[in-house]
Amino acid sequence: MSRRIVTGAHYGLRDWLAQRITAVIMAIYSVIAVVVLFSTTNFTYSVWRDLFAQGWMRVATLLFMASLAWHAWVGVRDILMDYIKPDGLRLGMQIAALLTIAAYLGWTIQILWR
Amino acid sequence: MSEAALKTPPRKRRPKYLNLQALIFEIRLPVMGWVSILHRISGALLFLALVWLLWMLDRSLSSEAAFERIRHYAGLWPVKIALLGLVWAYCHHFCAGIRYLLLDLDKGVEKGAARLSAWLVYAFSIPLAVLLGWKLW
Repeated sequence: MSRRIVTGAHYGLRDWLAQRITAVIMAIYSVIAVVVLFSTTNFTYSVWRDLFAQGWMRVATLLFMASLAWHAWVGVRDILMDYIKPDGLRLGMQIAALLTIAAYLGWTIQILWR
Repeated sequence: MSEAALKTPPRKRRPKYLNLQALIFEIRLPVMGWVSILHRISGALLFLALVWLLWMLDRSLSSEAAFERIRHYAGLWPVKIALLGLVWAYCHHFCAGIRYLLLDLDKGVEKGAARLSAWLVYAFSIPLAVLLGWKLW
């Protein structure tokens, strides 16, 4: 009989690596975002709207959110594996986390390409 | 072989010493441990707060009137404090994350270096959070 836990980490190395790669992508975006925000002196709606109307900004923001989705999944899963011991509850919370992440991602696409 | 030798020795009962008081007052977490647990707490906080941040992004991009409403809303002091907390969480998660990336590359894994880099996380993240918070308002 397999002793593997259904809610355990199945692909440790892949997720470990993914968490780090997505972290680097988000860090680069963060630096760009801070530079862009600090270089705008008069912060108005038209400046804000025009910023997100640009193709590169939309794609970069989507890349950031996709990275965040994967990164947060690994992080939340680690937290649940550490603190939530009953299998059923843990699985339920993992599903809730995944649905939340999927909703965040869908919402982001909706915001960016309205 | 005698029967006694085949028996496993009874497991020694060790006292458990992990109650809330001990965790809060008696067990001293080294600075690296604090950076680590704060990395986890800030990550969880940011994940939970994302729905709120996305809502503000959504509203602020929907129309000029909504943008002005969000700007006014973000200026209310309880909102300011919450946002400042999230800015700190982001800065801490960012700086501690860079430290972990370096540790993964085997940079600064010795005790002294690891302790110094843990302090450096605070030295960078807190002024960074203050600077960003000050600049945003």
